[in-house]
Parts: sequence; C-alpha cells; structure tokens
Amino acid sequence: MKLDGKIPEGPLDQKWNKYKNSVRLVNPSNKRNIEVIVVGTGLAGSSAAASLAEMGYKVKAFCFQDSPRRAHSIAAQGGINAAKNYMNDGDSTYRLFYDTIKGGDYRSREANVHRLAEVSASIIDQCVAQGVPFARDYGGLLDNRSFGGTQVSRTFYAKGQTGQQLLLGAYSALSRQIGKGSVKLYNRHEMMDLVVVDGKARGIIARNMITGEIESHSGHAVVLCTGGYGNVFFLSTNAMGSNVAAAWRAHRKGAAFANACFTQIHPTCIPVSGDHQSKLTLMSESLRNDGRIWVPLHKEDAEAIRAKKLKPTDLPEERRDYYLERRYPAFGNLVPRDVASRAAKERCDAGFGVNATGEAVYLDFASAFMRYGKTAATVQGVHNATEDQIRELGRKVVAGKYGNLFQMYEQIVAENPYQTPMMIYPAVHYTMGGLWVDYELMTTVTGCYACGEANFSDHGANRLGASALMQGLADGYFVLPYTIGNYLADEISTGAISTKTPEFIEAEKAVRERLEGLFKTTGTETVDTYHKKLGKIIWDYCGMARSKEGLEFAISEIRKIREEFYKNVKVPGGMTGVNTELEKATRVADFIELGELMCLDALDRDESCGGHFREEFQTEEGEALRVDDKYSYVAAWEFTGDPSAPKLNKEDLIYENIKVQQRSYK
Amino acid sequence: MSNGNMNLTLKVWRQSSNTAAGKMENYQLGGVSPDMSFLEMIDMLNDQIIRKGEDAIAFDHDCREGICGMCSMFINGEAHGPNRGVTTCQLHMRSFKDGDTIYIEPWRAEGFPVVKDLMVDRAAFDRIIQSGGFVSVNTSGRTMDANAIPIPKDDADKAFDAATCIGCGACVATCPNSSAMLFVSAKVSQFALLPQGHPERKERVLNMVKQMDEEGFGNCSNIGACEVQCPKNISIENIARMNREYLSASVKPEN
Ligand SMILES: Cc1cc2nc3c(=O)[nH]c(=O)nc-3n(C[C@H](O)[C@H](O)[C@H](O)COP(=O)(O)OP(=O)(O)OC[C@H]3O[C@@H](n4cnc5c(N)ncnc54)[C@H](O)[C@@H]3O)c2cc1C
Ligand code: SF4
Ligand code: FES
Repeated sequence: MKLDGKIPEGPLDQKWNKYKNSVRLVNPSNKRNIEVIVVGTGLAGSSAAASLAEMGYKVKAFCFQDSPRRAHSIAAQGGINAAKNYMNDGDSTYRLFYDTIKGGDYRSREANVHRLAEVSASIIDQCVAQGVPFARDYGGLLDNRSFGGTQVSRTFYAKGQTGQQLLLGAYSALSRQIGKGSVKLYNRHEMMDLVVVDGKARGIIARNMITGEIESHSGHAVVLCTGGYGNVFFLSTNAMGSNVAAAWRAHRKGAAFANACFTQIHPTCIPVSGDHQSKLTLMSESLRNDGRIWVPLHKEDAEAIRAKKLKPTDLPEERRDYYLERRYPAFGNLVPRDVASRAAKERCDAGFGVNATGEAVYLDFASAFMRYGKTAATVQGVHNATEDQIRELGRKVVAGKYGNLFQMYEQIVAENPYQTPMMIYPAVHYTMGGLWVDYELMTTVTGCYACGEANFSDHGANRLGASALMQGLADGYFVLPYTIGNYLADEISTGAISTKTPEFIEAEKAVRERLEGLFKTTGTETVDTYHKKLGKIIWDYCGMARSKEGLEFAISEIRKIREEFYKNVKVPGGMTGVNTELEKATRVADFIELGELMCLDALDRDESCGGHFREEFQTEEGEALRVDDKYSYVAAWEFTGDPSAPKLNKEDLIYENIKVQQRSYK
Repeated sequence: MSNGNMNLTLKVWRQSSNTAAGKMENYQLGGVSPDMSFLEMIDMLNDQIIRKGEDAIAFDHDCREGICGMCSMFINGEAHGPNRGVTTCQLHMRSFKDGDTIYIEPWRAEGFPVVKDLMVDRAAFDRIIQSGGFVSVNTSGRTMDANAIPIPKDDADKAFDAATCIGCGACVATCPNSSAMLFVSAKVSQFALLPQGHPERKERVLNMVKQMDEEGFGNCSNIGACEVQCPKNISIENIARMNREYLSASVKPEN
C-alpha cells in the first residue's frame, strides 16, 4: 500500500490557500448529476451534507438514530476552539496550530493542523450566522473560556451544551436542504458495508432498522462521518450507539486504519459505581477552569474518607494535596488530558483515592465560590457580606456557568456538588486514531472520505479539549466541500451508478450471510456479556498504562473472546423488523476485531506519547518518553484478510516549522 | 453497591410492529439497585428476557445523559416519569421503592406512531424543522464577523434557553390535545430573539405552524401540562411569543 499524504508544496501558511486556488472545480450543471453518500449526521456529517447540497450535489445522508439531530455530537459539553483572539490575550492561528501539535505530542501532520487553525475563525462566524446562541458577555459580545493545554482563552461555548447548540445549527442547515429536496435523509439506517467497484467507493449496503431490509445505495463518492470508537471499552462517555462498524467495514475493504491505540482517557468523569453501569458521564473539562483537583495528603485521611469517617469539607487545607498544581505549576489544573488522567491514576494507585472503590479524586469548587462571590458582592454593592452570603452569591455565578453539569452530577451520584466536592475519575472519551486520510480527507480507498472523529487526522496522540467540535465542523463546512471536487471533477461523465452490478449483489449477500450467521449459534450468552469482557481487557491492558507483557496477554484473550463470541452468542428475534440485539451483535463483532488491532498497534509503538503510555518508556518523573528517531510516524494498518495479521504501513511525520521538543507543562 | 435488593413488578407495553396489536405484559424483576438508572433497570430486564429466548423490549436511547432526546418512556402515566426536569435516562431507581408496580408505555399521539414496543416515530418533528426551523445562510466562510452584531446578553440567554429543547416529544405525549406547540414555539422563539433570525421570521412561523397542523398535532388550549413535564423546563412563555409572531405574520402578510 502506498501512502501519499498529498500535502501541497509551499510555505505552511500558504498551502491551503494555494490548494484552494488551484483545485479543480465541478460546474453547477454537472454537480446536479453527481451523488454523494454521507454516512453520519454529527457535526462532521451534517455540516458536510448540508454544504455539499448547497453547492449543488445530490446528497444521501444516513444515520442510525431516529433523527439526525441526535448524533453523539449533541452531547459535547464544554466548547469549541477558534483562533479569534477576541480576548486580546495573544492568540493567533500560529498559536492554535502550535498548541495542537504540542498537545498531540508531535504525532500529527503539520499541514493538516495548520489548515484547521486557519479555518477555525470562520466556523464561529458561520455558526453565529446560523443563529447558534453562544454565551455572551454583558456588552453583547461573545464570551470565551480556557481549556487544557493552552494559556489563552479561545474556547467559545454555550453553557455546558455547546455540542447541542452547534449540532442543532448544522442540523438546521441540513434540514433546510432536506426541505428543498437536495438531501435525501435515511434515518434509522445502519451502514453494514462499503461497496467498491473497480477500485472506487461506489456505495454502501445499509440495513433499514425498522423493516430489517438490506438495501443497496450508490453514489459517486462515499463520505464516512461516523464518529469514534471509544465504546470498544464498553464503558465510555460515548453515546450507547456509537460504534466502529462503518469505519471497520471500510477498513476491511481497503481503507488503512491509523494509530488505533491513540485513545483519550478524559480526566474528569463521574467514577464507576457498580456493575450495572451502562455508560460513564463526563464532567466537562471547562470545570477545570474553576475547580481545583486534590486528594488527601496523608493516607490515613484517604482511608478515613473512604470509610466515611471523615468528610472532605472537614479536611483543612494543609492536609490536602493539589497534586496538579504541585507537579505542574505553569499549567496547574489546566494541563492536557493525558497528563491529568495519568496523575489521577498515579495518586489512586498509590492509595489516595477518595471513594469506596479507591478510584476517585476531588474536583472542588469551594474557592471558586468565594472568588466569584466576592466579585458579585462588590458589583451588587453588598457591603460587609458574611462568608455564607459570599459563598451563596458565588454559587449562583457558578450555577450560571455550569448549572446543567452540576445537576447531571447530582442526578447520578445523589450528592449535591454545591455542598461537597465532586468526585471524578478518568474515563474513555475520544479516539484520536481512525481511518487514515490524506490532505484531501480521502482514505486509501479511492472516492471514500472520512471526516470528524472517524479519521485520524489532526490530533496526534492526544487531542486538546474543545478541538473535536472544531475539527468536525472544519472538515464538514470548509475542507471537504473543496477537496471532494478534485475527485468528482473526474466523475462528471460517469452517469448514474447502478446497484444491480455484481459488486453490489455480492456485498448485499455477504451482509445477509454475516447477519444470518449470528442467529445460527445455539449460544446462551448475551451480546453485552462479550462486550463487557472485551472492554475490561482493553481497559486493563490498553487503557491508561500499557506494557509489552500486558498487551501480549490482551491479544491472546481477545482472540479467545472472538472465538467464543461466534460460538456462543445468543441473538433473539430474526432478520426482519426492529432487532436491537442484532444491531448490538454486529457492532460488538467489529469491536472485537478492532480491539485486537489497538493492542497490536500499542505493542508496535515502543515509546510513550500522548494518550499512549507504555510503562517501559517514561522519564524519571513518570512523564511520557517519546522515541522520536524511531516512532515519528503514523501507523497505518492494512487489512490482510486475517484480523490477527494486519500489515503495518508507515507515513513519516516531517516537522519543518515546529521544533520537536519534549512536552513540558511545568 | 451494585447488587440491589429492590423487587419490582413491571407492566410494559409490548407491540411487535406498527401494524400489530399491542398489550401490557407483566414482568417480575429482582435485585434492582437504587443507583441504577431507569434504563439500566430495563437493560437488566432485557438480559433476563433474552436469556429466556424471548424478544428484547425495544426502546429508544442513546446518550443516556439527558441531551439527545432519544429516550421516551411514559412511566406511571407521566412522560419521563415522576421527577421534574429530567429525561427517562436521568431517572434513577432511588425514586422508586421496593415492591413498587411500574407501568411503562410509549409516547401516545397521532403524530408519533408506535414503531415497536416503547419506540415511536418522531420524524414529524424533523419535518417541522425542515419547513422553516433554520436561518437560510450558506456555508461560504464569508459571513460577517461573529462579533459584528452585539446581542444583548439577556436576549442571547433567552434564545439559548429556548434552544435547549431536545426534541424528545414529552410535551406532545403529555398534552391532552397532543399539541406540539411547546416544541415548535421553542424553535420559533430562539430565532425571533436573535437578529440573525429576523429576515425570515414571518415565513418561518407560518410555515412551521402549517407543517405542525398537517402532521396531526392538536391545538393548544393553554393547559400548561407540557411545561411541567418538559425535561428541559422549556417555558410556556415561548408559546405566547410564537402566538404573537404568528399573529403579526398573518396580519401583515408579505407583499
Ligand atoms: C460527553 C462528551 C463531551 C464532549 N465534549 C466536547 C467538547 O466540549 N468539545 C469538543 O471539541 N469535543 C467534545 N467531545 C468530542 C466530540 O463531541 C466528538 O468528537 C464529535 O462530536 C464527533 O463528531 P462526529 O461528527 O465525528 O461524529 P458523531 O457525532 O459521533 O456522529 C456519528 C454519526 O454517524 C452515524 N453513524 C455511525 N455509524 C453508522 C453506521 N454504521 N451507519 C449509519 N450511521 C452511522 C451516527 O448515526 C451519527 O449520526 C465530547 C465527547 C463526549 C463523549
Ligand atoms: S419542549 Fe420540552 S418536552 Fe417538548 S420536545 Fe422540547 S424538550 Fe421535549
Ligand atoms: S438517552 Fe439521550 S436523552 Fe435520554
């Protein structure tokens, strides 16, 4: 397999402009004869489908939810980055570019990241024009907050519901095109396979989730915006339906899968409380603007807290360890996610955890209440306010910023976070790895594109907070609409693509047989049982810390799970009609194969970088130790027919503009 | 913590497809923990059902944190159950007692036909948005700077509050007339409160109301149950605002 990143020539800050000025165009009358399939209606998919339809292409949009508005992007909380420098705090396109490369631990492509930073400002303009109600200050201008791994405030937000507001913006743009008939929507449809004809992606096989029918859909190009694969861990902050099937099926049809082991464990999530749990809930990173993270300084205190003999609010300051502020004075509580997560694990492993399972640390707003309260008292002219009054005023300010998150916490944990510090622990959140794409966002299957979390492109080994929303919308609104034209310019005389060809018929048949096979076992175990088993293995051995020995063990276990799954899984019902267990079963089958690839990828990478922490490779202070001379590459895995024997292809990462350094947040 | 000790009697609406007849089925479920969410309790019930070789109860859900609007259960006669300001997925079993009998049904409204069991078809909401719930602006990257028009914080906050509607349909399911006014008015209000929404405000409200009527949703007779049952506390003031928008759009039609 040849990997050509197709990175344009020229100076970094001119590449995208030059590309846009020279890229081939498709004239309007030809666009009408070209069909594009967009799978996924999250930020990436909705924005791509709407933009392509506005440009004049015929678009078919697919999602497995009942409405495009319910894609997982809806759940994003904290915000979206953009280099607007409205705060006049020294932000710039270059700084956003630099922060992203550094945050990704020097494992992403310079050209892609710079383009992302360049288009970021337009995203905010576009969203405001669509009526997205971002938070504003009293002067009526847009407000910003800070996220981890940066020293500027460039994050735009809509309380704790930024993803919702951005997705509803993109969904409204998509709805407008559906209303005009330029987009045909296929909701409750799940892509089951990619159809490749003469080396080009020409359509998909989808299952109608209401009738159970297996359908063929054709197009001149296929764009996968199907999100990330965090649910391979079973427990994650992703929505229940998020899955890898679409990307994985494309992989099996020739699309290289890159950096599978680069997964993000988010430091601030509600800790696991018991086996019944079906998913984990994020507490947005924005809370680290105002919350301080700590554990007891002394083990006896931690033990007393775990035994419920001591309350955190009763522990005096000098017996608390604000370990992030201690270890990383320059960034404090706002270090990047991988660093914050590992630090929490380190403290808990050392015996300082604060909940019954010993796997939780505090996120404390007490000092924020007082800080905001004092300002509020001054502004409101409350003289000689008592401490209680100040605290109360401060609580109101905090409620205005994060009210819905505090409410969510209370619903789940049944404790009031205004009264006692939140308990948090790292949880799986995001996947930097994904389908390998070139500068034009095309995968290694000609005519098959990947946008948003589904591709590997911009975040290296660790994504900075508030950059996924930015990337999803950048890809869909501002990048793909240009780059896809370069390919479709050759398709103007292709004509409509028939689904009656052997390739479609064969692919349909294969899907049907794969699904029918799942009913043939005389098995007794539920799909979830296998998903949980798989998730636990991957969490234990390919989660926050990895080792050669552990990964080898995990690989052998996953192979066993795969074998057992096909022998013993029980899927009730049949092929027709709604069958939610069948949906889960096919997704889990693909997760099992992906899980093995993640471990193989992690095993190949004899270094630590970003979210990939190999215990064998750390500095004396326990920080990630990269091995740049050997591993400064993208690992793009090729499917060979045997999920246990993928072939590794390498794309070397070349840094011409940034000096590669050991990351430091001290 | 995980192994609970609540025993429950569950009466669940089972209907194999849109055209089949449905009925309430009885289930006994033990070992329920008060820390479980309501949907985790249903997962547990489904596990029991599947192991018996029967068809799992179909229900809609995705985010399980109160934001996607997918979950939609009518629990003991109330949309999203007994608590206020939460969705079904945010409801926890600590809101129930050992020995309780719980009735679980789908949304019932002409505009929301049952797909299977507890799953309904809410595409009507999408079609209402398609009829006008947007600002007509293409993605050129050449719109004006985001800060070119300051928007009073109060208006922006109110627009945001209206925009937090998750499109779940509890308002419709709760309303004796199956009216969709709260949902539609939330979208109309969001755009009416923002300058970006003004150029199209007339056609928007007229088109959306027309589509709403065509979908078979009933009229609003100011009962106010929708607001009480709305998991996002969408205010009924939005309905008043939409009525004003509608009136002024109808009185002075364009051209
Ligand atoms: C709780 C949470 C909070 C977050 N907060 C932030 C934040 O504050 N800032 C930030 O930048 N990022 C945040 N993220 C990350 C960010 O939300 C996601 O990375 C991003 O929304 C992904 O968007 P997407 O368009 O790529 O995919 P998604 O939104 O996941 O959409 C995937 C789409 O693909 C469809 N699909 C998938 N498979 C198939 C199939 N086989 N057939 C048919 N359709 C399919 C789905 O129906 C869906 O429409 C958060 C993530 C989580 C989990
Ligand atoms: S108004 Fe409330 S109840 Fe109605 S759809 Fe929106 S969130 Fe649901
Ligand atoms: S499952 Fe998303 S709101 Fe309940």
